[in-house]
Amino acid sequence: MNPTPSTPTPSTASSASGKPKLALYWAASCGGCEIAVLAINEKILDVAAAFDIVFWPCVMDGKVRDIERMPDGGIDVCLFNGGIRTSEQEYMAQLLRRKSKVLVAFGSCAHEGCIPGLANLSSREEIFQAVYGNGQSTENPQELRPQVQTHTPEGEILLPYFYDTLRTLDQTVPVDYYLPGCPPEAENIWKAIEAIVSGKLPPRGTVLGPTTTVCDECPRKRSEKKIQQFKRTWQTVPDEETCLLEQGLVCCGIATRAGCGALCPRVNSPCIGCHGPNVDVPDFGARMMTALSSVLDANTPEEIERILTEGIPDPVGVFYRFSLAASLLRRSRLRKKEVGPGGNGGNGANQPTGSPAVEKASAARR
Amino acid sequence: MTHPNGDSPNPEFEPKLIGFLCNWCSYRAADLAGISRIKYPPNMRIIRVMCSGRVDPTFVLEALAQGADGVMVAGCHPGECHYIEQNYKTMRRFYMLRQMLLQMGLEPERFQLVWASAAEGQQLADAVSKMVEEVRRLGPLQWPANWQENGQRLHALQAIVQEHQQAMEVSR
Repeated sequence: MNPTPSTPTPSTASSASGKPKLALYWAASCGGCEIAVLAINEKILDVAAAFDIVFWPCVMDGKVRDIERMPDGGIDVCLFNGGIRTSEQEYMAQLLRRKSKVLVAFGSCAHEGCIPGLANLSSREEIFQAVYGNGQSTENPQELRPQVQTHTPEGEILLPYFYDTLRTLDQTVPVDYYLPGCPPEAENIWKAIEAIVSGKLPPRGTVLGPTTTVCDECPRKRSEKKIQQFKRTWQTVPDEETCLLEQGLVCCGIATRAGCGALCPRVNSPCIGCHGPNVDVPDFGARMMTALSSVLDANTPEEIERILTEGIPDPVGVFYRFSLAASLLRRSRLRKKEVGPGGNGGNGANQPTGSPAVEKASAARR
Repeated sequence: MTHPNGDSPNPEFEPKLIGFLCNWCSYRAADLAGISRIKYPPNMRIIRVMCSGRVDPTFVLEALAQGADGVMVAGCHPGECHYIEQNYKTMRRFYMLRQMLLQMGLEPERFQLVWASAAEGQQLADAVSKMVEEVRRLGPLQWPANWQENGQRLHALQAIVQEHQQAMEVSR
């Protein structure tokens, strides 16, 4: 089960069929990354010409069995999007890690959890309650919940086990490269593919993108900032020239890795941080908080708290919209009954015969 | 908010606190407490920083993520900062970080801001004693336990491996 330690230099040497093998997979994601791959338009034909696409469940038929039968390292490049929320996704992450020479965390979900990671503010039971219990369009008087194991006359039926906490790909298996963005922009995808094809790859562990922030790509005029009030996007129509932060909007461009060309600020909408933190930043939200504190124009606790309560009623959602799962704290605190082996969020399988081998294989990077 | 030790005081639990104390006031207050032989509990690991404004929220989050039961940030009184006004930034950063941490389910007692001048050894010792007792009452934090899935995860992973192995044998 152990992911094969990768060789130090990535190689996309030709396989027997002459072309390097490419796999694309999705886990806990929305499907936008799959569409983003197609957004490179006609260049997808170049991808098909350069690679032998062996596995891409979203667009073509393929069987997990065929991947399992491949030799370890048999896939040259795997673009993996989505976070890890279920046992099945963790299994696929381990499988594709083992079979791939180069594993790319593709898009914000695999990179840092993204929107699915915001559900780390809830426990499994709370999520199930919202989805299968008291959802507005849900009628479930018997309080049915998905079961990991169901006995039927024909035999056992298994469903994946749903985790309390969504993990990023690199908290699950070692990752070679990261392509940021929700979704990654077409030109950045193409640049990454070109780099892979030509073998001109940076050191392993690199996020494929610039090492500066969105502010550097933003054409708006900036001056010294003094913020007396944070406004929410529906409360104001910002002028189109001045820095959005100066106009009181929480623009995450100050902390977000560049590479998008400041797409959102250019259309009068604040950056929401989908490219994640800049290089060497362990916690995106910490950067946001420390930067905003410097420009807040208030010097008493009461005044500060008033500005924050009125302007940022959901601090985790604002500071960690894309990066909660990858942040230092990873999730909100679970209540007592939910912590540790005692917790059973109505997901009903037998308790644990934990195998150290499996645990080791899935040990988080940090 | 409940926690692993229930609501009862837990006299055997020794909280591990991290304190970021500024060089010019609060660290000197701790020095003064020392040379004045003021007694206070040894639960706080003190880290000296040049200014409380140097305390990046990352430091606090890292401390909690590595298993600290609480974090104190201490600096000069507002208006008395050695670097003119940096402790006002500390104040804003503290309340911003605190609101975030409250939303994440942390009790406010576990993250405290204290102003102590170089002459206030007794006040600092009192603040540390008070915080130690408050956190002792709350019990251990054990933040990393929040993301350790229970044993069902391993069970489910093994089940998938078995299922796939059986399917491979059938299809062979």
